[in-house]
Amino acid sequence: MKRDHTPRGAAARKIAATVAGAGATVLTASFVIFAGLAAAPGDPVSQLLGAKATDEARANMRRRLGLDDPLLERYRHWLTEALHGDFGISLTSRQEVTDLVGPRLATTFLLVGMAALLVVVVGIGLGVVGGLSRRGRAVVSALVGLGIAVPGFVAANALIGVFAVDLGWFPTYGSGHGLLDRVWHLTLPAVALSIGYGAYVSQLTAAAVAEESEKEYVMTARGRGVPAGVVLRHHTLRNAAVPVLTASGLAVAGLVAGTVVVEQMFAVDGVGALLIRSISSKDHPVVTAVSLIIVVAFVVVTTLIDLLQVALDPRERATS
Amino acid sequence: MAVTLGTAGELTRRRFASLGRPALIASTLVAGGLTLIAVIGPWIAPYDPDATDVLAAHQGPGARHLLGTDSLGRDILSRALAGARLSFAGPAVIMLISTILGTALAIFSAWHGGRVDRMVNRLLNVMFSVPGVLVAVLSSAVFGSGFWAPVLALGVVYLPYMARVVRSVAVRERHRGYVESLQLAGMSSWRICLRHLVPNVLPIVTAQGTYGFGSALADFAAVSFLGLGIQPPAAEWGVMVSEGRSELLDGALQQSLSAGTLIVVTVVAFNVLGAQLSSRSGGRR
Repeated sequence: MKRDHTPRGAAARKIAATVAGAGATVLTASFVIFAGLAAAPGDPVSQLLGAKATDEARANMRRRLGLDDPLLERYRHWLTEALHGDFGISLTSRQEVTDLVGPRLATTFLLVGMAALLVVVVGIGLGVVGGLSRRGRAVVSALVGLGIAVPGFVAANALIGVFAVDLGWFPTYGSGHGLLDRVWHLTLPAVALSIGYGAYVSQLTAAAVAEESEKEYVMTARGRGVPAGVVLRHHTLRNAAVPVLTASGLAVAGLVAGTVVVEQMFAVDGVGALLIRSISSKDHPVVTAVSLIIVVAFVVVTTLIDLLQVALDPRERATS
Repeated sequence: MAVTLGTAGELTRRRFASLGRPALIASTLVAGGLTLIAVIGPWIAPYDPDATDVLAAHQGPGARHLLGTDSLGRDILSRALAGARLSFAGPAVIMLISTILGTALAIFSAWHGGRVDRMVNRLLNVMFSVPGVLVAVLSSAVFGSGFWAPVLALGVVYLPYMARVVRSVAVRERHRGYVESLQLAGMSSWRICLRHLVPNVLPIVTAQGTYGFGSALADFAAVSFLGLGIQPPAAEWGVMVSEGRSELLDGALQQSLSAGTLIVVTVVAFNVLGAQLSSRSGGRR
């Protein structure tokens, strides 16, 4: 086949490669998770039937769950069902896994969305301030150094102690009902979740803005008498945008994984807390489904960033 | 330009590195002092960290108990001091694993160059894109909770950070004249790598290991906090934050606050020290 060497062809190849890579990552991850949990200790039959079940009932259940099949066969079966939206039944609550996960996914999605908003608005805002003035840079660096060093679960404790218990502004635990109540319940968790990645984003933004504002074209524009605000909006920020967007995207991907810790801390009933609970109770169908969802969310976000880079930066299209 | 979370860490490190000599001295003292506590903590604790005394439960800070007592009447200061040992043992093993494997992979990749190097690079990029917490948590699901499952998983999670930094230095060393002359003199590749390359990348390995120790400590504590690492009633900082969580509601902040503060101070000290070491190792310009 003849290769299309036009820029468009290069871009198309790049997009195809990125998407194919993402698919391969998810498929590999799903197999590793499935195989790992299949090898883990724990007997799903006893969990479903209790210790007193007869040997015959146990053998029937093993056959129904397909536990006697070889690993690859079981994986293929699970994957086919999963692609049709069926992740089996929970071993502890006996509900459909999708019924368990669905409502919690909405909660986690809201939490990640709120934290992402904080990361982008506060993180980029602080970063621009830090990148433009020398004094601002010192303050922002100190904040960032601390922000990166404070793990989410430690920040969560301090937030609960001050804002929920002492001041009583926010509820201590739970995820609330109805949208407004939920937002209120999820505010402290979102703050705790966003601190670390917010620090990363502002660090990168400050570096990108500082680098751009020292370039010659900015000096020229200033020398020509273009107002500082216009130079900032039209030149500095636009050129700093690609690394900043990339960092923000990676931060959002990190937030998805970070919910596992933060939800547990605030007893938010989302998929992260469900994952930890299911691991403790060896509820492997739920563990597999939730970890796969987290991996997919993570991979989708990072893939979107890669694609966004191709769209925003012509140089990315040229290198194939 | 591919921005990774590693790049952002790089920037913070440069910032910490620019703090200069006072920061080096201060961070050495703090990190050294905490490491000393991790070794002798259980012996200098004023009380038995596991001794419960229900009559003395929920006490605030006072003369008898400097940091007060927890809900079972255990002395919080003693638990914090004794808990340093397990809290440090986790990240120590994590960094040992990631350092040995990461350095080996980096030198292997730099030595062969070309196609091998590109493949290793691609592998590292895939490893960078795996969410670390999830791996640690799933490892506990497969191998059971405790010390080893999260430690082994995090050892692999931290591997690419070490490998990438070491690789960049090793590539430069590999193309130095002395390597070629040793090869011409008939020395085997193994010997050149072990006797000459490894000693020459050692400063940057030490710096990166120190830098990573802080975040490994935080990650390990997070897994224990989730109930999938060190199990209560053992004294460990992540466990203490978790046990302190329920006391928060009664307004008793001491336990979670003291363990949390220790974690943050340790992370900052090791981050600053690692950045200082790496700026002095000549590994980066």
